[in-house]
Amino acid sequence: MGFQHRVMIGLGAVGILAPFVVYPIFLMKALCFALFAAAFNLLVGYVGLLSFGHAMFLGMAGYAAGHAAKVWGLPPELAILFGTAVAAALGLVVGAIAIRRQGIYFAMTTLALAQMVYFFCLQVPFTGGEDGIQAIPRGRMFGFLDLADTLTLYYVVLAIVAAGFLLIYRTIHSPFGQILKAIRENEPRAISLGYRVDHYKLLAFILSAALAGVAGATKAIVFQLASLTDVTWQMSGEVVLMTLLGGLGTVFGPIAGAFIVIALETYLAQMGSWVLVIQGAIFVVCVLTFRRGVVGELARLVNRPL
Amino acid sequence: MDFFGIPPQALLGQLLLGLINGAFYAMLSLGLAVIFGMLNIINFTHGAQYMMGAFAAYFLLHYLGLGYWWALILAPIGVGAVGVAIERTMLRHLYKLDHLYGLLLTFGLALVVQGLFQNEFGSSGLPYRIPAELQGGQNLGFMFLPNYRAWVVLVSLAVCLATWFLIERTRLGAYLRAATENPALVQAFGINVPRMITLTYGFGVALAAFAGVLAAPIYQVNPLMGSNLIIIVFAVVVIGGMGSIMGAILTGFGLGLIEGLTKVFYPEASSTVIFVIMALVLLVKPAGLFGRTA
Repeated sequence: MGFQHRVMIGLGAVGILAPFVVYPIFLMKALCFALFAAAFNLLVGYVGLLSFGHAMFLGMAGYAAGHAAKVWGLPPELAILFGTAVAAALGLVVGAIAIRRQGIYFAMTTLALAQMVYFFCLQVPFTGGEDGIQAIPRGRMFGFLDLADTLTLYYVVLAIVAAGFLLIYRTIHSPFGQILKAIRENEPRAISLGYRVDHYKLLAFILSAALAGVAGATKAIVFQLASLTDVTWQMSGEVVLMTLLGGLGTVFGPIAGAFIVIALETYLAQMGSWVLVIQGAIFVVCVLTFRRGVVGELARLVNRPL
Repeated sequence: MDFFGIPPQALLGQLLLGLINGAFYAMLSLGLAVIFGMLNIINFTHGAQYMMGAFAAYFLLHYLGLGYWWALILAPIGVGAVGVAIERTMLRHLYKLDHLYGLLLTFGLALVVQGLFQNEFGSSGLPYRIPAELQGGQNLGFMFLPNYRAWVVLVSLAVCLATWFLIERTRLGAYLRAATENPALVQAFGINVPRMITLTYGFGVALAAFAGVLAAPIYQVNPLMGSNLIIIVFAVVVIGGMGSIMGAILTGFGLGLIEGLTKVFYPEASSTVIFVIMALVLLVKPAGLFGRTA
């Protein structure tokens, strides 16, 4: 069994025992963001595309799932599925436009398109504008898992996030993932080897958007709320921060980064705008002196890829 | 006489507003293009530096009693000096890395600056008066033209064209363009390229601060005034492409006008029209209207 597999089993065990030690609501929030960050990392870490607008997938999936569960009365599993489908469709459109440019232009394009989605969400009636969609029913998963029970809900969320994470892990280690890495390392060479680079990029983008959608839809069901916060550029920046702090292009980095940032925000919640200052300072410190991130440095310490 | 059922006063009024927004888009995207040309960094702090310019004008007035005209000179120098310090201490270490790190670092700095100002001044705006010399307006017969707005359009146009002249038509500009193409060779000719990079960043930042002072009497002085604008300016930059100085200016003013027209004919889309145009341009001409394909 490989080292990464053992780490994964260890993390799974911690995940199962954690709600008896730590406040489950906090854990569920951090788990959703961990999946969000891992989906983002799939794109930036393995294809080299920095999306500065990933909040649009998180937020739109949240709205879609919330609408499906509340207005259409769908059960939670279908609501989450619907949210994911909406995020994937949005990913198809945005990806097709954004991958026409690379590097810095790609980042600016995704940011601008995300801002367009934000204004769209602000204006259309079904999102509830500034109020968002409130009191989304949690319902019963598959008809028998009552999500009103916090512990049941926690294990459902853990299972969803673990499944998403395993999918990303499989993708990274598949032949498809190898080609993505080849594109990251040397795009002209990948083209000259006969790969349709744009297809691979678009597929990776849609996959990343869909998984970000899973995170957003699950989050909406957990907190029974879908709001504008999740579509703002600040949220897009936050997922960049989580991934950067945890370690760009590492398997476990986004999880570590998400837990650290969410913990930080929970403890600093009363400090208002200082949160912004601290987040910004972490960005600066990470870029200047800590580019490998927490997990990247750990991997260097134990001399194994993590 | 109506244009498609819109009274001409409303149409011209919105066009004027669009022209003013366009002036700010042009000045800010120009600064971004100048910085990007030299440093290969997208300056995410640009919006925060624009906001700092407006606040500098406010501080100068309230703590030192120096009015608008002084602010127009001193604020860009002060904020530009901060920019020079940022380049010397931080950005300098990133030139050899992936461009994206520059974006991330300046994004972090923007958060720090915005957070600090929000802490101190909240999110509501502070008023800044139009200078006495520019109050009032002209009645042009078909519409009323406030003096200050005319001034903003004219002075920003002048600044943009002066920047274009400086970079495209002077010896200093030639050095700058040469250093963009091949810094090692230019350095070998005895030109201090690192200092030129520092000053370029300082200049770009000063331009943002100058725009901030111009904006102070129109929009209120607000810690959030830069953060929303910068994203639109990014879209402007993607539409225009950063290869050409004149392209940045034309795209900025043009998009401001289009936004103004949208406000008249289809107000619901006025906040998204620039982003829609960006998507269309990317589909038709990915390098941007004035961009060179890299």
